[in-house]
Order: sequence, then C-alpha cells, then structure tokens
Amino acid sequence: MSQVSETTGAPTARSTMQISDTNVAIEVIGMHKWYADFHVLRDINLKVMEGERIVIAGPSGSGKSTLIRCINRLEEHQEGQIIVNGTELTADLKRIDEVRREVGMVFQHFNLFPHLTILQNLTLAPIWVRGIPKAEAEATAMHYLERVKIPEQANKFPGQLSGGQQQRVAIARSLCMQPRIMLFDEPTSALDPEMVKEVLEVMISLAEDGMTMLCVTHEMGFARQVANRVIFMDQGQIIEQNEPEAFFSNPQHERTKLFLSQILH
Amino acid sequence: MTTLDTGRAAAPRVSFFNDPVIRGIIYQVVVAGLLVGFIAWIVGNTAANLAAQNKTTGFDFLWKTAGFDISFSLLPWSRGSFYWEAFLVGITNTLLVAFIGIILATMLGFTLGIARLSSNFIISRLATVYIETIRNIPLLLQLFFWYFAVLKAMPAVRESLALPFDIFINQRGLMVPRPTPDQEFAWVMITFGIAVVVATALSVWAMRTRTLTGHYPRQVVLAGKAADAFVTFLIAFAALLVLFAVIFPISNAPVLAAILAVLLAALSVTRFAALTRGVLSFVIAFLVLDTALGSMFSWLPSLFVTVLGAAVALVIARVVYTGALERPPSEARFPLALMAVIVIGAPALVYWLSGATLAFEVPVLQRFNFVGGLQLPPEFVALAFGLTIYTASFIAETVRAGIQAVNKGQTEAAQSLGLKEGDRLRLVIVPQAMRVIIPPLTSQYLNLTKNSSLGAAIGYPELVNVFAGTALNQTGRAIECIALTMLVYLIFSLLTSLIMNWYNARVSLVER
Amino acid sequence: MTDIGFVRADMVDAKPAPNRTSGAIAWAQKNLFATPLDGVLTVLGVVFLLWIVPPLYNFFIGHAVGPSGTVEECRMENAGACWAYISSEMEFFIYGFYDIPQQWRPNIVFALGAALLIPLLIPKVPFKRTNAVLFLFAYPVVSYFLLAGGVFGLMPIPTEKWGGLLVTLIISVVGITLSFPLGIILALGRQSKMPVIKTLCIGFIELVRAVPLISVLFMASIMLPLFMPQGMTIDKFLRALVGVTLFTSAYMAEVVRGGLQAIPRGQYEAGASLGLSYWQRMYFIILPQALKHVIPGIVNSFIALFKDTSLVYIVGMKDLLEAVKTKNDTALEWQSANTATTGYLFAAMVFWVFCFSMSRYSIFMERRLNTGYKR
Ligand SMILES: Nc1ncnc2c1ncn2[C@@H]1O[C@H](COP(=O)(O)OP(=O)(O)OP(=O)(O)O)[C@@H](O)[C@H]1O
Ligand SMILES: [Mg+2]
Repeated sequence: MSQVSETTGAPTARSTMQISDTNVAIEVIGMHKWYADFHVLRDINLKVMEGERIVIAGPSGSGKSTLIRCINRLEEHQEGQIIVNGTELTADLKRIDEVRREVGMVFQHFNLFPHLTILQNLTLAPIWVRGIPKAEAEATAMHYLERVKIPEQANKFPGQLSGGQQQRVAIARSLCMQPRIMLFDEPTSALDPEMVKEVLEVMISLAEDGMTMLCVTHEMGFARQVANRVIFMDQGQIIEQNEPEAFFSNPQHERTKLFLSQILH
Repeated sequence: MTTLDTGRAAAPRVSFFNDPVIRGIIYQVVVAGLLVGFIAWIVGNTAANLAAQNKTTGFDFLWKTAGFDISFSLLPWSRGSFYWEAFLVGITNTLLVAFIGIILATMLGFTLGIARLSSNFIISRLATVYIETIRNIPLLLQLFFWYFAVLKAMPAVRESLALPFDIFINQRGLMVPRPTPDQEFAWVMITFGIAVVVATALSVWAMRTRTLTGHYPRQVVLAGKAADAFVTFLIAFAALLVLFAVIFPISNAPVLAAILAVLLAALSVTRFAALTRGVLSFVIAFLVLDTALGSMFSWLPSLFVTVLGAAVALVIARVVYTGALERPPSEARFPLALMAVIVIGAPALVYWLSGATLAFEVPVLQRFNFVGGLQLPPEFVALAFGLTIYTASFIAETVRAGIQAVNKGQTEAAQSLGLKEGDRLRLVIVPQAMRVIIPPLTSQYLNLTKNSSLGAAIGYPELVNVFAGTALNQTGRAIECIALTMLVYLIFSLLTSLIMNWYNARVSLVER
Repeated sequence: MTDIGFVRADMVDAKPAPNRTSGAIAWAQKNLFATPLDGVLTVLGVVFLLWIVPPLYNFFIGHAVGPSGTVEECRMENAGACWAYISSEMEFFIYGFYDIPQQWRPNIVFALGAALLIPLLIPKVPFKRTNAVLFLFAYPVVSYFLLAGGVFGLMPIPTEKWGGLLVTLIISVVGITLSFPLGIILALGRQSKMPVIKTLCIGFIELVRAVPLISVLFMASIMLPLFMPQGMTIDKFLRALVGVTLFTSAYMAEVVRGGLQAIPRGQYEAGASLGLSYWQRMYFIILPQALKHVIPGIVNSFIALFKDTSLVYIVGMKDLLEAVKTKNDTALEWQSANTATTGYLFAAMVFWVFCFSMSRYSIFMERRLNTGYKR
C-alpha cells in the first residue's frame, strides 16, 4: 500500500507528473493484426514510457479497442512485437499471466462479477493471484473504494449500483492488483453525463499519481487536461500523434482535421 | 373450462353496471356457482354410475391382500402383501429408476452440453447431431426401440453377451456381480465415512487458511506433496503392471514396474514433474487406445492397431507434457492429492488390517439361467437407459444455455485481472453459469421422474403401472387409485418447487 | 524524451494475413487443431466416426433391403434394415384399418390441411386472418365429416377403424388448435385480479403440470365415462383428445403468461384509457403483442404435444406407434432379425421429420421477430 500516495488537492499541472526517460512501459514494434482476412491493425509502432498518459482517439471501427486489447493479450497479434514491462507477449501462458498481473484494464461495460459483492470483486484477484492475506486484501480494497469515493457500497452487489459507481468499482478492482499500467477502453461511453464526471475525476487523480495510462476515449477535455500525448487512429493505423495542445490546435493530417471538426462541434 | 367460457359470454358490452368491483364480484360468484354446479353434476353422475355397477368407494381396499405378482421390487413383496405395500413398491421403483436416470443423464448431459460449445468442429457437431436426433423422437418410441428391438433381440440366456467385469447381457436383462461385504467390512465403510468428513474439514481449513494468509498450511502442502508422489507411484505401478501383463509379457514384471514407478514418482517431486506426467499419460493412453481400438476395429491387424495406438498416445503424451511444462502444478493440487489419499487410503488400510473381505457374487450361467449376482430386468435396463439418453439431450441444451448466458466480458475481466484458467472457471464462470442452469435442470429432473411413468408401457412396475394399472384393474377403485397416483407426483412437484423457490431466493442476483 | 510528434505520410494498405486465414487448411487449423488438445479430440472424434459410420451406413443403406425387396432377402445373414417391410405395410402405417377404397378421403384431408397450413406459416402470404379462420373452424368440420362419413352419401367409417399416422396427425392438430385458445384463457385467468378465477386457473395449471401425461390419459379414459350421465358413452377417441388437450393447455398457459408478463404496463393502461372493454383490450392490443413474443415457446409446446401423442397408445388408441408395434409383433410373414428395428426406425424418422421441421420453423420465426424488434 506504500505505493499509494494520497491525492493532493492541488490543481492539475501536467509538469508535476513524472515521466521516466529511461523506463519503457510498453513497446509495440511493427505490429499487425488480422481478424481472419480483415487487416485490422497495420504497422503499429508505439513506445510508452513509464508515467505517460496517452489518449487514443479515432472513428468507430478504427481498431482502438483491438490495439489496447492486444496489449494484455485479450487478442492475439500475428506480426511484430509487443513488449510490456520488458516481457514480450507470445503464446507462452506464463508470460501472459505475468503481463496481465501488471496491467489493469477497465472496460466500457464494467464487467463486474455480478455474483460477488463489491468487496469480493475487489479482493478476488489479490487473494487468488497474488496470494495476499484476506484481511490485507480487504484493507487495500477499502482504501481504493475510499479513493473512488464509495466505501459505503462495499457490501452491496454490482447490480445495486449506478453505472458511474460500477465503473469506479471496476477501476478500484484493477487498482487492487497494484498494476504498473492501466488500460481504459471507453470507460465513460456507457454512462450518463453526470456520471461521466465522477469517473473522469478518478482517472485524473490516478494520472496525478503518475500511473502509466492508455485511454481510449472521446472525452477531449480529459485528453487536454491529462494526456501528454494524443494518438489518432484510423483504418487500423496510427495516423498522427502529438502533444494535446499541438494535436488539437494544429492537426496535420487531413483525416485528423476532419475527425476533430466533427467531434469538437 | 365451462367456467371460463361463461366469463367470455357474459362480457361483451355490459353497460348497466359500471363499477368494476361489483362487476368482478358478480363474475366470480357466477363462475364459482357454475363450478359448484358442474362438480355436483359430476359427483351425481359418478355416484349413479358406480351404483349401477355395484361398486363401492373408499380407501379400505388399501388394507386388503393384493394377490398379484410384481416382477421387480426393492421392498419385500409377495402375493399376500397389501395394496398399500403395492403403492410403496410402485413409489420406490419410480424413485429408483428416476434416481439412476438422473445421475447418468446429468453426467451425459453436462458432457454433451460442453461438447456442443467446443471450438472443435467434430466434437461440437457430434454433440449437435446427438441432441437434435434424440430430442425430436418421442420417448415412448425410444423406449420401445430399446426394449423390443434391442434388448429383446439380445441373445438368449445360453448365448449371453459377456462384458468385462463379469457382466452379462441377454434377453432377461443385465446380470452384474453383487457385492457381498462381510461383517468386518462395516469398519471399512465407517472409516470411509470418517475419512470423507476429515478430508472435507481439512480442505475447508486449508482453503480458509489460504484466503486468510495467502498460503496453504505448510503441513498440508508437505503432506500433499508426499501424497501426490504416492498417488503417482500407485498409478504408475498399476499402469506399468498392466502394460507388462497385456502387451510385453516379461519375467519379473512386478519388480521392474515397481522400480520404474518409484523412479517416476521421485521425478514427479523434482522440476522434471512434466516428464513424469508425459510418460504416465503415454502409458495409460496407449493401454486404453490399444484395448479400445482393438475391440472396435477387430478386423484390423493387431500390429497396426498397436502402432496406431502408440502414435496417438504419443501425441496425447506430448500435449500433456507441454501443458505440464507451461503450467507448473498449481499449489492447489497438493491439498487435493492429500484429500484423495485420505479418502481412498484410510479405508484401504482398514480393509487390509482388519482382514475384511468384499467378495463379489458373480452371476454364473447354470443349465437354464443365471444364478447369483444382481439381475436387473430388461424393463429396468431399457427404462433407465432410455430416460438417460432422452433427458441428457435436454440437459445438454440447458447446460449450453447456462454457459452461454455468462457474458464474454466476464472471462475477459477475469483474464485481465491475471486469474488463471482454473481459478477463472471456479470463481467466476461456473458460479454464474450454475445459477442459470440449476432451475431448468431441476425441472428436467422432475420431467425425468414424470417420464418414468412410461415404464408402464414396457412393463416396468413403477407407480402408474402398479397402482393406476394393476391395482386399479383388480379393485375397480378408479378414482381412488388415480387420485393417489397423482397425489404422489403432485408432492414430488411441490417439494421441488419449494426447494427451487428457496434456492432462487438465495442466489438470485440483486438488481436495482 | 523522444520526439512526440508524428504524422503518417502514406497509408498502409491492407495485406493478406501471414497465416492463411481462409481455405481448407486454415479452416482445419482453426476448427480442428487450434490447440494440441483440440488435435487429440479431433483424432478421437475421427476414430469414433470411423467406428460408428460404416456399420450405420451398412445397416441403413449398404446391406439394407430396398423397398422392392423380399422377406427372404431380409432374413439373410448380414442383411441390414428391411425397408421392404415398411413399403409393403405403408398403407397400414398411414391409415390403420381405414377401408382401402375410401382412402381418398383422408388423402383429401391431408391435402386440404397442407394447402391451408403452408400459407399460414409463410409470413409473406397475405389473407392471414381468413386463412386462419378457415383452418381453425371450417377445416375441422369438413375433415370430420369427410373422415367419419355418414353424410352426403359417404360411407360411415367408425373411429375404431382410423389408425396410423392419420390418428397421430388428427390428435396433434386438434390438440394444438384446442389447447391454444384454452391456454390463452387460462393464462388470462391466471393474470386476473379476481381471486376466485385466479385460484382456479393456478390450481388447474399447476396440478396438470405436476402429473405425468399418462396419468391424465388414464383419468380421461377411465374416469370421463364415470362422470357422464348414465347411458351416455364417450368415444375413446374423444377421451384421448380431451386428455391431450387439457394437458397441453396447461403448458401453453405458462408460455402465454411469459408473453403477457413481457408486455409493459403502459400498453394495458393505454388500452384502458381508450375506453376499450377488457376483452377488446386483450384481443386488439395485448394478445397480438404477447403471442408474437412467445411464438418459439408455443411451437416448442406443439413439438412436445406432437411427441406426446404417441402416449395415447397406452390407453388403447391406434396411432402411428401402435400401428408399427402391432405390425412388428404380428406380421409373421415379415419376421426377420431386423424387422422390429426397421419398424421403429421408420416411426422415429417420421416423428423426427415433423418435430425437427417445427423446431427449425421456431428458430426461423425467432430470428425474424428479433430483427423486427431491433428495427
Ligand atoms: N472479434 C472480431 N472479429 C472480427 N472482426 C472484428 C472483431 N472485433 C472487432 N472487429 C472489427 O475490427 C475493427 C476494429 O474494431 P475495434 O473494436 O477495435 O474498433 P474501435 O476503434 O474500438 O471502435 P469503437 O469506437 O466503435 O469501439 C472493426 O471493423 C470491427 O468490425
Ligand atoms: Mg471500441
């Protein structure tokens, strides 16, 4: 738990977030992926340093979800390399487990375990994957529940919570494994507007703590405020990437311009 | 039904009484009145009919001597027994065939349901063909087929088909060895009971310790490792013995087998455990394949069968070996091995020490018939078999639906948390699938029990046959016999739905 | 820190996958040998098929005696199925003891039924309502008089002579057409706010669903005559029909109830606010929606009923199963090792064809309705 520092109430300043110069969190080299004959990811090259916060944007069907699902091997790639925390992803189950332990993932539809209470959802993996004693796992779980501001829901079932609350539980569930990298796949797009805010707040505070994050999202405000890099994808390839300011104010590629003009108005 | 039709006839455009409450009351009074009248009419007719036929009513016949034979009974039965005893015999026979059918159909149905979801084309197609064939053919027809076309076409007693383990099948049914435990054997059973309790307690304790501290208790793991090696030794020894006996007859086989088994067991506790498992699975797969292929394709040259068996076994062994290499034995395996050793080992030890014997009385063919053993009549065999085959196809669909009802996102969430496949199934998928499966599964069990009444058509003495059939015909007490028969099924059904309501209330997922 | 800015100059064109993803080999890789375990299962499956298919083929086709064969061939060693037996007894399997010169009458009934039913089942064909009314009301009357005779100079043929597939079809069609409305009434009754009616319906439904059909049939065949006024006899056929119909209507009621429960409250309220009476609301608004939802469930009940008609054999009716069993047991001129097996297999195939097509139809309707729902 020592890794968890309390969030400071200080206003967000991107400069305060530490990005490592030397430690590579994720490296994707010349990666291609096909669904049967459909070439869904094409020549993806991506290097994410520890502490980086990357937002991936792009039109529907451009392969954003597929890309981040490849990173914890929910999908298999056919060409190129994906190296996470120094471990290359291959068919080897041991390596896959190793990577998955260090990478948290948050899904669009939460995917909480409906038959378990919130607390059990949070302690399941720490107990059975990391072998953490139950009491300790529960303490950690309560800590993260407080962090996502719903400790009072610990003994309820997922079905009793609102969408925003469920998504915050899902984030807390990933955090309980104390991952080094967090992947988000449109965490707010299944939520009502007022719930989007509460989830984004949690994500922002995570970013402030220096978590390496890869977010697929259409929340451009979030991208401006938190990301240090925005990646634009279309037709399964990375079309453009840049710092948020430059990306939004001065897009280079035609497709990026078109996409931004549609999404910002 | 008359009752409700009148409701319809009275309904259109009633404008003169607008108060729906009054209207409702009037409807109900009318319906109730018609119903009472209808029942009175029926009762009157029935009484008149019975009087005309000089028949009496009442349940006094239950205490009269039945005077007929029942071909198969778990309870003592003779012609001198009473009708209420016939009633009980019918119920026990129904329960017996239902119980056996339920166990077998569950095993077959779960296998088929999972097979149908397999990503393997051949396996899933085989399961689909089975399911779609069986559930679209009436059960009664299937029973006739098994009973009249298959079992009756079995060889006569003298030419009985001999199956392994002294089991014989012929026109008169299935003859299986009957276990005849002696007095000391009671101790073995008692030990077995105690061992089960101890092992359960131990595993609960080990699990709890695992969740509370993050580790299985050290003693359990150590003892488990020893147990695991011991089990490996036993399996290896047995498999090698059979291998030597069946295929490569050599002298001193037991000594060689023992030495090899010790070696394999020793390997299994080192980091070469995968090798042990590979070798073992080769030996076992080879034995099974060689025997199975040999009997399935008896027209093939035996050398060819042996080579084929060895080749396939080699593939299987490779699979097991690579699997074992990729996944080192999970720590959960050692407590499991310990439980197995306790549950099997303790009774075995007592059996050996106390000098108890469990002899099997083998059915023996004498001049005209089999003597000894347990003789299952063909009616029972056909009914149990038919019910199993038929119900399994429905259970398979239930199981498939249950598994498919668990969202794919659940697996993905569990994967992304780093849960291994075993834990994923045990902690996330199976608990959710079982909630969906259990209610329809129970109604399949109930259906099977009700369907066992079709045994009447092939002469199996279950409740409907004995009571609504023979007893009714003998006594002429139609109303009483049918009412009692229906009452039994009603009670089964009510009990089941009580249990299901309790279960549903317990497990239903809490929703907003 | 690395230079962050990046703009793709040339788009990467899609290229074919490195591992073949289409074609037979790729298909086999994905569906037969995806994992080593899959490979093992495939091998075992193939071994099983090799073991089971040749004998089955030989029995059904290879060594079988064709429709024009003779009983001597059927009695030969190694002979397979005796289809000659089926073809020679076909008339009996279809019509029972129905007088042979009069068999054009059931034939017309069959043809009429098909002509009315097929357009009813195809969603695109118009005039559904007229069609349904004809099928449900006119057809049974016409069929009854055609089959039973005694009017218009038709020779009377008592129901005892009817048999085989004819009886199976009559019982199932009548059972289906009667149990359907009865089931709807029971379901509405169960939903009713009037306690007397509600209790009655629940009692009936639950009682019938709790007991096996065979006990209901026993009751119908033994107790119905007792319930009637003295001197009045009920045709055996009718008794079986009553039993089957009452039994199925209870199951139908539960299926319809599922549909009724799926209708949002607003629909009931909207109907009431239009000033429609209870029956008008049900007929025009609620039932059309509710029944549409549960067509698959309804068809499944029909399949169950169709299979269950075979049970009337137990109360002495002469349906297809009875016809086959009777011939198996009594046709001495056809006796051979495989006669009985062939007979039952034939009956099984007939039942299977009907049930399987019904279940396919239900799946077809389910798909249709689902897409309709999405749109
Ligand atoms: N399992 C699959 N099999 C075949 N094609 C798939 C599969 N999953 C996704 N695709 C296809 O791959 C492409 C990329 O899908 P992906 O889900 O990655 O898009 P996305 O960028 O996340 O879109 P969205 O914003 O709608 O979520 C789409 O065209 C989709 O149809
Ligand atoms: Mg997506």
